[in-house]
Amino acid sequence: MKFPSPHQIGTIPGTEGWQRMYPYQYQFVTDDPERKGYEENTFWFYDGLHYPEPLYPFDTIWDEAWYLALSQYNNRIFAVPPVRGVDHRIINGYVYISPVPVTDPKEIESRVPKFMERAGYYYQNWDKLEAQWKKKMEATIRELEALDIPRLPEFEDMSVVTDAVGESKGYHLLKAYDDLINLGIKCWQYHFEFLNLGYAAYVFFLDFVQKLFPSIPLQRVTQMISGIDVIMYRPDEELKKLAKKAVELGVDSTIASSQKWTEVEAALKKLPKGREWLSALDLAREPWFNMSTGTGWFHHDRSWNDQMDVPLSGIATYIQKIKQGVDIERPMEQVRAERDRIIAEYRALIQRKDDQVQFDELLNTAKTVFPYVENHLFYVEHWFHSLFWNKIREVAAIMKEFGMINDLEDIWYLRRDEIKQALWDVVTAWATGVKPRGTRVWPREIEWRKGVMQKFREWSAPPAIGKAPEVIQEPFTIVLWGVTNKSLEDWAQVQEAKDPDSIKEFKGFAASPGVVEGRARVCRTVDEIRQLQEGEILVAPTTSPSWAPAFAKIRACVTDVGGVMSHAAIVCREYRMPAVVGTGHATKIVKTGMMIRVDGSTGAVSIAR
Amino acid sequence: MSGTAPAVNVSAAGQPSPVLCWFEEVNKEAVPLVGGKCSSLGELINAGVRVPPGFALTTHGYQRFMREAGILGDIEALLKGLDQQQDPDRQEAASQAIRQMIESRPLSWELEDLIAEYYRRLSVRCMMPAVPVAVRSSATAEDLPGASFAGQQDTYLWIRGIDDVIHHVRRCISSLYTARAIAYRVKMGFDHGEVAISVGVQKMANSWTAGVMFTLSPGDGDRSVIVIDSNFGFGESVVSGEVTPDHFVVNKVTLDILERTISQKEICYTVDPRTQKSRKIEVPYERQNVQSIIDDEITELAWMGKQIEKHYGRPMDIEWALDKDLPAGGNIFILQARPETVWSEKIQPAITNPGASAMDYILSSLLTGKKVG
Repeated sequence: MKFPSPHQIGTIPGTEGWQRMYPYQYQFVTDDPERKGYEENTFWFYDGLHYPEPLYPFDTIWDEAWYLALSQYNNRIFAVPPVRGVDHRIINGYVYISPVPVTDPKEIESRVPKFMERAGYYYQNWDKLEAQWKKKMEATIRELEALDIPRLPEFEDMSVVTDAVGESKGYHLLKAYDDLINLGIKCWQYHFEFLNLGYAAYVFFLDFVQKLFPSIPLQRVTQMISGIDVIMYRPDEELKKLAKKAVELGVDSTIASSQKWTEVEAALKKLPKGREWLSALDLAREPWFNMSTGTGWFHHDRSWNDQMDVPLSGIATYIQKIKQGVDIERPMEQVRAERDRIIAEYRALIQRKDDQVQFDELLNTAKTVFPYVENHLFYVEHWFHSLFWNKIREVAAIMKEFGMINDLEDIWYLRRDEIKQALWDVVTAWATGVKPRGTRVWPREIEWRKGVMQKFREWSAPPAIGKAPEVIQEPFTIVLWGVTNKSLEDWAQVQEAKDPDSIKEFKGFAASPGVVEGRARVCRTVDEIRQLQEGEILVAPTTSPSWAPAFAKIRACVTDVGGVMSHAAIVCREYRMPAVVGTGHATKIVKTGMMIRVDGSTGAVSIAR
Repeated sequence: MSGTAPAVNVSAAGQPSPVLCWFEEVNKEAVPLVGGKCSSLGELINAGVRVPPGFALTTHGYQRFMREAGILGDIEALLKGLDQQQDPDRQEAASQAIRQMIESRPLSWELEDLIAEYYRRLSVRCMMPAVPVAVRSSATAEDLPGASFAGQQDTYLWIRGIDDVIHHVRRCISSLYTARAIAYRVKMGFDHGEVAISVGVQKMANSWTAGVMFTLSPGDGDRSVIVIDSNFGFGESVVSGEVTPDHFVVNKVTLDILERTISQKEICYTVDPRTQKSRKIEVPYERQNVQSIIDDEITELAWMGKQIEKHYGRPMDIEWALDKDLPAGGNIFILQARPETVWSEKIQPAITNPGASAMDYILSSLLTGKKVG
C-alpha cells in the first residue's frame, strides 16, 4: 500500500499562501526537522466522514473544537491506556487525522487504574450522567438563543447614562462574539463527554462478537442494537406525521402544488384546514426543524427552519407514498422481532457459558450507550449548530454594514480570530468615527480565498498520506471512519487505477444485505435528492438524517465514507435494502444513469460498462 | 415406507437379525447394524430430510456372506502376524489376496434373491426400470467421531441392473480389506475380526450439480456460517478434490450469502448416456466459470443444513446433490451427513475470562488493540 508522503504533495498553482487560511499548527512543516520526521513517519488519513469538501476558514472552529475535546477526554480525563488524542493537519483545505498511541508499555500500565476508576464511573452511572448531560446541553442551547448580538448605534441609548451602565455596545459586541465562540467550544466539550466511552462499549461489543464468530458481518452485530428509539429519527417522524395530517385534512394537494415553501404557505393560509395544518407544523418546528439539511458541520448546511423547501419536499414524498397506499411507518415491530431472533440464534451458537455471560453484559452496555451515540448528534450538530451559524450571520451583518465584507456569506472565508480582529477594527473605528482599515483588506483577501477554495474543491484529496501501518489498532478510527487494512487496500487500488472510467468494480463495507441492480443517481448534497426517481440507486458522499425521505424512493445506497454505524447503513438495514458504505470513491467513479449492481452482503459494487 | 417387513434370518438366540433393511427402518442408533453412512441416512429420512431412497445390506448380511463364502479361516491366516510388523508390502499382498477371494465368491442364492428383490422394489418406488444406484460401503467404525475412516471404503456410482449391483456389493465388502484399511486397524489396534461392514444401495440422484456442505467454517471453526462447495455433475469431483469447486459462505442465522468464489471448473463426473456408466468429462469451456448452483438453491441448501445440524445438535459434514430430473423446490437431496470432527472435538479457547465484567473486557481490548486483516 503506497500513499504519498505529506511533504510530497505540492501546492496547487495559484493557491500559494493558502496556509494562512488555517491555524498554523495544522500545517505539515519542513522547517522543524523533529516535527517533519514525526509527520513523515505517521499515517494520516483523510477525514472524509466529516469533511467531504475543503474546510472554510471559519468552519475550522469545529475541527479545533473536537481536536481538543476528543483528545482531552481520551488522554487527560479518562486516561485511555494505549491511546492519547487524535492529531490533525490540513492539506489543500482537507483535514487529515492520526491517532496518537502511547508507546511505552510502562506508561500504558500506569494509566490502567486511572482509566478503570474514571471510565468505570461513567459506565456505572451512565443513565444518571446522561440525564445531567441533557440538562447541561439544553441550558447551553438556551444561552445561545438568548445571546444578543448588538448593532452599533449612532448614539447609545439614554438608559446607558441613566442606569450608569458604564459599557458601550462596542464592548458588548466584542464580548458577545467571544461568548458566542465560547458557547460553541463548550458545546463541543459536552459533545465528547460520553462519546468515546460510548464508542468503546460499542466497538468492543462488535469486536467480541467477531471473535466468537469470525465471519459475522458487522451489519449483523449492529442489528443486535437496532430498534432502540433515538431522537435522531424524530424529525423524520414529524415529517411523516405532517404528511398523514395533510391527507386527513385534505390539504395534501395544496402541499404538493409547489416545491416552493413560500407559495405553499401562502396557499395554505387561505384555507381553514390549511391553517389548522400550519399550526401543527409550528408545533413540530421547535425543536425538530432545527435539523440540518447536511451533517451540520458546515455553515452551508442550513436547517429545515431556514430552508423550508427541504422538509416540504420530504412531506410531499411521504404524501405521495400514502396516496399510493404504501406504509410509511418505520417497520419497528419487524425490526425488533428480527433483532431478537438474531440475538437468540447467535447466542445459542456460543459454546461457552462464560462467553455467553460476557455476550449478555457487553450487549447490554452497548444498548445503554447507543442512544447517546446517536442522540448527541441532534443536540450538537443539528440544534446547536443551526442556531450558532445564524448568530454568526448576525455578526456578519454588522461586518457588512461597516464594509468589511461584501456579502453575509463571505464571513466564512475568515478565521474566527480574524473576525475578532476585524470586529476590533470595526468597534474602534465606530467609536472614533473613522473608517475601518479592514474595508480595504478583507474584501480583497476574501476574493482571493474564494479562488483558492474553488481550486481546493477541484483537487482530489488522497484517502491517506504518510506511512501506512501493518495493522490499524485504534478502535474509534476503525468504526467511525471505516478505515481498515482492507479498505485501505481497496482505496489504494482505485488510487492506482488512475482512470476512474476504466473501473468496473470497487468495494466498500457490506452495510446492509441483499443484491440490487439498477440505475445510479449521484447526489452530492441533500438538495439533489429531489431529482431521485423511484427505484434508483443513491450514490452519495455520505448521508445524514435530512436525507431520510430519499430512502423512501431508492432501492439501494452507496456512499464514499462511513462505517457500518453510519446513517446510510442504519437506515438501509431498517428498510431492508442493500447498502455498501465507505467505498472511498463511489461518487467519483459512478455517474448518474449508469447501471450498477450493489451487493450489500459482500460489499461489492459493479458497473455495467 | 416400503410396505415390506425387513428380510430376516434367525440368529442363534432366536432374535430376528435383518440381512437387509430400508434406510427409513433405521436411525442413528443402528451403527452396529448398518454402519455409519446408512444409519445416518435413515436418521435423516426420519427427520424429514429429503434423501434419495435405498436399502442396506446389514452387518448380519455381511457376516452371513463371509460365513457362506467359507473364507474366514484363510483371511485370518493371511492377516496373522501383520499386527506386529507394519510392513506395507506384506499388507498390500494380504489385501490383494483377500479382496480377490471376496470378489470371486458367489453369493448364496438366498442372499442374492433378497438383494434382487429389494433392488426391484427400489426400482418400482423410483418408477424406473433398473434404477441407477450408488453402491457404498458403510463401515461400523467409519464416520465415528475420533476415528476418521472416511474415504477408506469404496463408492460406486451409477450402477444399474441386479448383476452389477451384486457385483459392486461384493466389491464394497472387499473394501474392508484395502491395504490402507488394514494398516489403519493395525495402527489403531482394532481387531480385524471385530470390524464389520454394511453396504448401502441408494437411488442415484441424476445430479446437475453436487458437492459438500459444512455447518461451520472449516477454516476457523466459526459456527455462525455454513460453507458450501459445488461443481457440476456428481459430487465425486468435489469430494475427491479433483477440481477447485465454487465456494460459498452462507450466514447460518440469516441465510444470506456472505462470500462467493466462482472457480474455473475444468472437469466433472456425469453419466455416459450410451454406456450408462459414470465417467469424468471436461466441462465445456463456456460453462467452466459459470456459478454451478444458483443463489436460491444455495439458500435452500443452507436452510437444510441448518435443520440437519439442529436435529443432530452438532456441526455436520454433508454431501448433497441437485437432481436435474426434478423441478426447483424439490430437487435438492442430501446424500450423506456425518458429524464434523475436526473443530467439534477441539476445546475452543474462551474469549473472556470467567467472571470478567464488561468493563474488564473493554479495558483488555483497549490494551491489545483491534487488529484488522
